[in-house]
Amino acid sequence: MKKRYFLSFPANSVTEPIIYNLVKKFDIPVSILKADINPGKEGNLLVEMTGDNAMLDAGIEYLKSQHISCNSVIKRVKWVKDHCIHCGSCTAVCFSEALVMERKNWKVKFFADNCVACGLCIKACPLQLFEMDFME
Amino acid sequence: MSLTKSFAEINDKISRGEAVVLTAEEFKQMAKNSSPQEMVKKVDVVTTGTFGPMCSSGAFINFGHSQPPIRMEKITLNDVPVFSGVAAVDAYIGATEVGSSNERYGGAHIIEELIAGKDIRLKAVGKGTDCYPRKEIETIINKETVNEFFMFNPRNAYQNYAAAVNSTNRIKYTYMGSLLPNFGNLTYSTSGELSPLLNDPDFRTIGIGTRIFLGGTEGFIAWNGTQFNTSKPKNDFGIPTSNAATLAVIGNAKEMSTEFIKAAYYEKYGVSIFVGIGIPIPVLDEEIALKLCITNDQIETHIVDYGIPEHPALGKVNYRQLQSGSIELNGKIIKTAPMSSMIKAREIANLLKTWILQKEFQLTEPVQQFPRQSSVKSLQIR
Repeated sequence: MKKRYFLSFPANSVTEPIIYNLVKKFDIPVSILKADINPGKEGNLLVEMTGDNAMLDAGIEYLKSQHISCNSVIKRVKWVKDHCIHCGSCTAVCFSEALVMERKNWKVKFFADNCVACGLCIKACPLQLFEMDFME
Repeated sequence: MSLTKSFAEINDKISRGEAVVLTAEEFKQMAKNSSPQEMVKKVDVVTTGTFGPMCSSGAFINFGHSQPPIRMEKITLNDVPVFSGVAAVDAYIGATEVGSSNERYGGAHIIEELIAGKDIRLKAVGKGTDCYPRKEIETIINKETVNEFFMFNPRNAYQNYAAAVNSTNRIKYTYMGSLLPNFGNLTYSTSGELSPLLNDPDFRTIGIGTRIFLGGTEGFIAWNGTQFNTSKPKNDFGIPTSNAATLAVIGNAKEMSTEFIKAAYYEKYGVSIFVGIGIPIPVLDEEIALKLCITNDQIETHIVDYGIPEHPALGKVNYRQLQSGSIELNGKIIKTAPMSSMIKAREIANLLKTWILQKEFQLTEPVQQFPRQSSVKSLQIR
């Protein structure tokens, strides 16, 4: 299975070869979807990891042992759905197909697994219903 | 001889609970198997709806007089300036007006909060006159404390609107939403075949005085809207292929609902307001029925490049294509997305239908027709 995570590094972990270790030691293929690494400061990575549950759990345990916080994308993107008027503005910018207009009933649907946390929906929503606490 | 009906006859049927009322979408579905002539016999009223951002909107408000009274010359509501150049305690809350502290909060938000029944802080100053001695005032108002609070929107419900793309290599933030670089997306903003003025494109039944659905209650068409334009080119079905006619509308904001009036903010553009409008169209004769049969594939609009200041047109597209989710332009597949809410437009058309069926809403013959010839002037710099 594939899962997307936000990894937040403390300043002293930024130079650790985290991705190398995930691949070599835990056999987890990692795709980097977004990176914001600043030597000497906190760093952030958005990654997609592939593997079965046991493999991913082991990888995440390793990350935690390195003091890297690891959160799934779903927990970091907030959408106040109840206030949504389903205008569709967010779907215009969502190139990863996480926010999709269902054309049968003209309702916006959020497929969190597709989200790459680009943040375009935050600025696109005229009702300001999206929030994300990553790289913003 | 073909059947014709009058407004009075249809209103009689509404009163008796015998009127046949369909939404525009339902009518078009039924018309697939019936001629326009048969549709006149079968259907009395067709309801339309739209719920899109309509910047040219606002509301008049009368605060009442304090003791001693003040001639309010500068007024803010929650720090948003409102137009105070109308008598002592009248003001106009312009939807797009913002204060100096928060560009994302403006007149539209004040209007929405007042409709919701919330308290708003009023501050005003005046120079002090013999008849209005007070020079400043600060207090709390809400829709129960004020006298009148009515929406009066100079330009709403555009009859068609151009679709937007961006040819440049940078994202453009516009009133048509965020336009991705290199034709990364296309946005459009009408409810297509459900839209009021696209169902009566020659204004046979819609005119000054028409009773309408406005913001969740009944309102009226006060005038042709600003930039009302009858000179735009029309396609083979008689539909203008770009932004043409508009409506000035009026209604009691105290009775409106925040379900159908919503404040909006467009990144790097500013504040706007979603306004819900529905208009009933009586099926008076075959010609009106024929226009009501027009479907999304017959309603076209231009694709306009918002990356270039002159907004050049790049081609034409119809609403069936726009609503499909993607179109092809110069060999490239472009994702399409609406800016106005279709689900709300449907809700409005259905609600209006229910009001009519429950005998709560009667149709109004226009007191006066819209201008037959009207074009829009540009502003000359001299």
